[in-house]
Amino acid sequence: MSPAQPSAPQRLQPRGPSWNRRAWNAGVLSACWLAAATVVLPLALIVWHLLAKGLPAMNLAFFLHMPKPVGEPGGGMANAIVGTLILVALGAAIAVPIGVGAGVWLSEYGRGRFASMVRYTADVLAGVPSIVVGVVAYGLVVVPMGRFSALAGGVALGILMLPTIVRSTEEVVRLVPRSYREAALALGAPRWRTIQQVVIPAASAGIVTATVLALARAAGETAPLLFTALGNRFWSLQLDQPMASLPVFIFDYARAPYEDWNRQAWTGALVLIMLVTLLSAVLRITLRRLPGRS
Amino acid sequence: MTLETPSIRTILPEGRRGETAPEARAGAGATTSAGAAAPAAHAPGAVEPRLVTRDFNLWYGTHQALKQVSLEVPDHSVTAIIGPSGCGKSTLLRSFNRMNDLIPGVRVRGSVRVSGLEVYAPSTDVVELRRRIGMVFQRPNPFPKSIFDNVAFGLRLLGLGNRTELEARVEDSLRHAALWDEVRDRLGKSALALSGGQQQRLCIARALAVEPEVLLMDEPASALDPTATARIEELVLDLKERYTIVMVTHNMQQAARVSDRTAFMLVGELIELGETRQLFTRPRQKLTEDYITGRFG
Ligand SMILES: Nc1ncnc2c1ncn2[C@@H]1O[C@H](COP(=O)(O)OP(=O)(O)O)[C@@H](O)[C@H]1O
Ligand SMILES: [Mg+2]
Repeated sequence: MSPAQPSAPQRLQPRGPSWNRRAWNAGVLSACWLAAATVVLPLALIVWHLLAKGLPAMNLAFFLHMPKPVGEPGGGMANAIVGTLILVALGAAIAVPIGVGAGVWLSEYGRGRFASMVRYTADVLAGVPSIVVGVVAYGLVVVPMGRFSALAGGVALGILMLPTIVRSTEEVVRLVPRSYREAALALGAPRWRTIQQVVIPAASAGIVTATVLALARAAGETAPLLFTALGNRFWSLQLDQPMASLPVFIFDYARAPYEDWNRQAWTGALVLIMLVTLLSAVLRITLRRLPGRS
Repeated sequence: MTLETPSIRTILPEGRRGETAPEARAGAGATTSAGAAAPAAHAPGAVEPRLVTRDFNLWYGTHQALKQVSLEVPDHSVTAIIGPSGCGKSTLLRSFNRMNDLIPGVRVRGSVRVSGLEVYAPSTDVVELRRRIGMVFQRPNPFPKSIFDNVAFGLRLLGLGNRTELEARVEDSLRHAALWDEVRDRLGKSALALSGGQQQRLCIARALAVEPEVLLMDEPASALDPTATARIEELVLDLKERYTIVMVTHNMQQAARVSDRTAFMLVGELIELGETRQLFTRPRQKLTEDYITGRFG
């Protein structure tokens, strides 16, 4: 500005951003859009591929029938579907109480050395490859029991779920407003009742979301089941016996040199994805129905 | 699994090294504090006021937030605490039911007595104490539960499980909080769906349900619109019949409208406590006069 006209206020021109800036804006925006689209792309491809390859062999028999011996057409994976449900339920039965308990403890009381150690351990555990977790469960359960079992598979899946549940629970419990705790304490609630009746319910949506994520991840794990639950071509609900599961079936069937089995492997994968989606939908809907949430 | 908070136990009254020597105190009534706010000593046998503090001090770490506060709150009255922001009104209120215990680094010295109970005595059960003192906060803070469950919360804490009795007491409390007619047909709905004013009355109902001896209110209307504020003020006037109320407010008109007695605080000290009419028309202290005439604050 020239000093000759110091006080003349400069009128802002009603013109838009410069061409240069608009070009940048458009460029960066489309780059972001592309990145976002790339995130969706793999999932879209997976689902499309699974539908294309898995739908043809999907029928009621797949859900209700047992696998047929090689060469015989048809048959299903009833035992593997039920097996996966049981294994995931076993894992959840182990990981949810321990994980939620530990997460709440970390959030509410977790100061000091021991708490830092627990956090660190959970973080490390989250990064341990799942096949290593399988080896651990093998050493912990299979070796002492002397055989492969559903229980060992459940323990392996439980260990896999644990870190996600612990750390997410800690985070969501921390997000519960202080004012809720104050209200409960001012009414004469002891601290443990405040946690149990106010803090945990208020954090339940987040805890369920974390649990669903952990379950979904565990449901698709193959490696840790290979030397724990092993697999089973027959119908078995016994927890101390080897148990069939979808991922292991998919693994076996996909590698097999029989076209029939390969097709069923695709269907198995489709069913697995459907199962996980269904599970998370059911949990979320149940949660939304809980009283007090609007 | 009784996980009583350890922090609550660790900040019981203790002398402060290097400060004015803590006087040994034997029972209530025997006090010799001076100043305009000095409460009258009680003749032996006379009924002690519902709430009494004597030479009460509180520190947040090294910051002293309350200095030698002595006051009395008689039964069935409304006492307003006024003063500029940051003068320690909330801190004082939260000292009555030991809500400050939740803040790390808080230390206290001096005496607070509620219904004859020495609040900071090592033998005092904080949970029991808080059941006898209701509290309403500045921001309405209903639980994310149904309206019914909010009011029933304290009753269930007391072990009341009988559905009919619960329903009767919930209705009673909601009526006392002047909320019943607005919520009677949606008790099962979430409390969070209510308006701000309704939420605050729900919080009052929740506090009243367990029939506290004292009701503490920290600027209960400051987050509300004028209509909702007027309803809360009406309610306070009603509740006085049955409860002893201490209400913090930054609004002098509000103090004048609803309170019987008013306490004026300034930087941690109680400057003056008197009949509301007297305090606003003929303040004894120059500082009080300056404040109520708007010369500062
Ligand atoms: N949790 C806390 N930690 C440290 N200092 C605090 C805390 N709460 C309040 N204070 C301080 O204590 C003084 C009194 O605060 P407060 O009682 O909230 O005042 P008021 O309610 O009158 O506005 C203020 O100086 C404030 O900064
Ligand atoms: Mg305040």
